[in-house]
Amino acid sequence: MTINWAEFTPLMSFSGGALIGAAALFLMLTKGRIMGVSGILAGLLPPNSSFELFWRLAFIFGIIAGPLLLTGFGLYTIEAVTVAKDGVLYLAALLVGLGTAIGSGCTSGHGICGLSRLSLRSMMAVATFVSAGVLAVFVMRHLF
Amino acid sequence: MVLALLSAAISGIIFGIGLALAGMLNPAKVAGFLDIFGLWDPSLMLVMAGGIAVNAAGYFLFVRGGKPIFASSFSLPEARQIDKKLVIGSVLFGIGWGLAGLCPGPVIASIGLDPAGIFPFLAVMLVGLKLGVIIRTRI
Repeated sequence: MTINWAEFTPLMSFSGGALIGAAALFLMLTKGRIMGVSGILAGLLPPNSSFELFWRLAFIFGIIAGPLLLTGFGLYTIEAVTVAKDGVLYLAALLVGLGTAIGSGCTSGHGICGLSRLSLRSMMAVATFVSAGVLAVFVMRHLF
Repeated sequence: MVLALLSAAISGIIFGIGLALAGMLNPAKVAGFLDIFGLWDPSLMLVMAGGIAVNAAGYFLFVRGGKPIFASSFSLPEARQIDKKLVIGSVLFGIGWGLAGLCPGPVIASIGLDPAGIFPFLAVMLVGLKLGVIIRTRI
């Protein structure tokens, strides 16, 4: 294992992480809901309809607005929002959607909220998806 | 009701800013975290550490035994069983996460930054999500 010191951003990543945790705590203390993006998105897909749609939409609009506020004040730039080639990208997108729905959560719901509650299911989910991710990157970067 | 919607929006804004600052919107950085056999960027460990530190402290201080401001009770997951759905789903998600360096939060947070760039991934991901919800009830 070789650490990529040039790309390592401990302070920014910890601070950003703290904000993510604060956002999850805020949603729980106000709406009483878990901040799990895949679950909130799934709740927006047809045929769902009720008042439960509106807070979900408000949350999604907030996520879109957050980074735009940063770029608006010149505090943030990004080179590319995707890096994978087309075929790989579509396969990945399908797997992310399928997997988070079948596994009841993603990096936010299981990774931040579930681990904070010491949920055994979330610990299992995180250990599994991180391992699968490591394997996928290994195969893609070092075998091909 | 308006305040409840506003609080959800504020949570989203803080989340979106946090994702950007943490480096989570950069797929190459996410893949760098998963590349433990190559040049490893441990930054995402600190994203998790920061997120869990704040959220867990709040959870154990305020959520257990308390009540949310705009709802009658906290909606917490009731499932306790580690079942095959959890494992199979997490394997599929992990592979997709590794291949593209993207998970659902950053996909949404990228919509405003580069709508055309993220749209294909977003569209296919939503199709997968809907299919997954259907498959989930049948396995």
